Amino acid sequence: MRQRRRRRLGTAAVAALALCGLAGCGVSDPGPPTLTWYINPDSGGQEEIAARCSAAAGGAYDIDVSVLPRESSEQRQQLVRRLAAGDSSIDIMSLDPPYIPEFAQAGFLAPMPPEVASDVSDGVVQSAIDGATWDGQLVTVPFWANTQLLWYKKSVAEAAGLDMTQPVTWDQLVTAAQEQDTQIAAQGRRAESLVVWFNALIASAGGAVIAQTADDPADIQLGLDTPQAARAAEVMRAVADSGAVGPAFTTAGEDESVASFENGDASFMVNWPFVWGRAGSGVEGGTLDQSVVDDYGWAVYPQVEAGTPSAPPYGGINLGVGASSRHPDLAYQATQCITSDENQAYYFVSNGNPAASLAVFEDPEVVAEFPMAPVIAQSLQQAAPRPQTAYYSEVSGSLQRIYHPPTAVTPDVTGPAAAELIRAVLSGEELL
Amino acid sequence: MTTTAPPPTDVATGRPAPTGGASDRVRAERRLGWILAGPAFAVMLLVTAYPIVQAVYDSLFSYRLTDPGNRSFVGLGNYWVVLTDTLWWQSFGVTVLITVVTVAVELVLGFALALVMLKALKGLRPILRAAILLPYAIITVVSAFAWQFAFDLTSGFVNTWFAWLPGVSADTDWFGGTGTSLLVICLAEIWKTTPFISLLLLAGLAQVPDVLQEAAQVDGATWWQRMRKVTIPNMKAAIMVALLFRTLDAFRVFDSVFVMTAGANGTETVSFLAYRQTIARLEIGLGSAVSVLLFLSVVLIAFGFIKGFKVDLSQARGEK
Repeated sequence: MRQRRRRRLGTAAVAALALCGLAGCGVSDPGPPTLTWYINPDSGGQEEIAARCSAAAGGAYDIDVSVLPRESSEQRQQLVRRLAAGDSSIDIMSLDPPYIPEFAQAGFLAPMPPEVASDVSDGVVQSAIDGATWDGQLVTVPFWANTQLLWYKKSVAEAAGLDMTQPVTWDQLVTAAQEQDTQIAAQGRRAESLVVWFNALIASAGGAVIAQTADDPADIQLGLDTPQAARAAEVMRAVADSGAVGPAFTTAGEDESVASFENGDASFMVNWPFVWGRAGSGVEGGTLDQSVVDDYGWAVYPQVEAGTPSAPPYGGINLGVGASSRHPDLAYQATQCITSDENQAYYFVSNGNPAASLAVFEDPEVVAEFPMAPVIAQSLQQAAPRPQTAYYSEVSGSLQRIYHPPTAVTPDVTGPAAAELIRAVLSGEELL
Repeated sequence: MTTTAPPPTDVATGRPAPTGGASDRVRAERRLGWILAGPAFAVMLLVTAYPIVQAVYDSLFSYRLTDPGNRSFVGLGNYWVVLTDTLWWQSFGVTVLITVVTVAVELVLGFALALVMLKALKGLRPILRAAILLPYAIITVVSAFAWQFAFDLTSGFVNTWFAWLPGVSADTDWFGGTGTSLLVICLAEIWKTTPFISLLLLAGLAQVPDVLQEAAQVDGATWWQRMRKVTIPNMKAAIMVALLFRTLDAFRVFDSVFVMTAGANGTETVSFLAYRQTIARLEIGLGSAVSVLLFLSVVLIAFGFIKGFKVDLSQARGEK
């Protein structure tokens, strides 16, 4: 009995296979090509956008997401090694802007069709376009643009007599924090965040880490032995030595900063806008009191020299198309869908990541959810990118080594020392 | 009382090896030996020898992963760069320090734990062993994070629990200085790998024949005398093997440093340096040179142990 049943099952399977073979169902139909999008970890927004664009493509392509490590330096490491090995599974990748020149220079990015380039740069904030450009060509698609704001507690700023409708300087902040016996939260940890801070300081002082870039690393001219660099170091040291920073200042990154801002230790902080989304979910989760969030104020990044507009940090995510992708055209099509104003607005509202497209900042839903949207837009217009060089990792690593800990930075010594190290590292004479 | 060693027992065949032409049987045995060990040997060549040779080859070039077109032969230039760099010597010093401190503490602690495991009641023994071995079963990165969170200023409990200790207060930033960072790194390493050393020592302890212990006891030797004259001499091989393995392991410390300080405050170790040149800087040539030097250091340590302390690996396995 059992045997007969088994035989019957076998016959059915053979019949099904034969039918399938004739009708061309299941395995034989490849379906739409699948594009793999390597994303940085977020709150699920990129996955949702991938699903929306897959649906909108009407069968032209399907987008799958694959998650990269959390740290941007580790995202770069994984992508670089895969791309250097010619990994064809990388169709689209979410790229942190400082690494764009390196990827472009190494030929890891598929050339962008001119019609895509003009479409995706239309109405996009200038700092995002600058960050996505290498050798005069747009090489990646700006997706969202990030910038740091000065966050403050309204009550404390008022008590200190600071007029926050006008730009404030770092010196003013230090004095105010000392007077009010509160802290300034900045990122003093030996990590990329320290370079973000230093770059904003030197750019705000009117200088630049790299004065003149070049293809040959030996020809790169640095701007670290300048009065502007000394001024940036002076401000950094003044903040670190003010007594108005947390006890773990030299190991604090963005998360530690926002934690001390939330628990009331710090009343001034420079940080990315994720602070706002985090406050919202803190209130929802019951870990943060609404009255604390009501006291949050925001302004454009502090100035180094009074009267000279500051150059806030620029960050965000760009989309690159892998040079070894099997479907570069489809991938570029997909990036156009991903970066549509509608999707950028959705991403801004749901994940707290500001758009690269200026029109999104006027979206009523965005403004309702992010009352600081106009300040972010203004900050993005002023923002300065980090050093644009194919050797960014070396430059950043050297700066981290020399400028950490900020409590030991000396204006006239640290800059030349960093310049010397970068020069030696770039010419392969020293370890990093 | 003199050192007592067990009478030589011949567990092996005891048959003298044929000195002249090998007999058919010996030849067949030898062939069987190759057939049995051959596949493992081939796999070892593939997964160990090949990467080592590749690294040695790469270390002779100036080679950047993003710029393979400009690869050029530089001979021993990379080694010169590494060996004349103060960063290398500083990292080397830190690595030696971590190795010496952790291995010394682990040896003492591990020996104590091995004694406890040996003497524990039969019913208790399995539970005790599992409990002692638990840290070793935890992935190093996970244990490093656990220790980091424990000592962290905002999320940690150490500052509140140990505020009564001199030098510890609510504001002690453990990862803000070289000494305190290294202390936490060493603690994490010790906690994690003491079980390994105690397990090896337990095997050595179990090999000490009971007859000798009983004879010494009858002779009126105290516990300390028996430990010094009977137990330790008889397990010297096991101790040396445990030391050797742990030293080799400790010298390659990476995970704890990577997780806890990422090399800040002068806590870079040699492995970390190799990682940064190869993976972060993508300078394959320079990174390979650092890796080769690390490999040579490890070979030297192993060689020094085997020659200097006359460690006999076969004895520890109970072959003689």
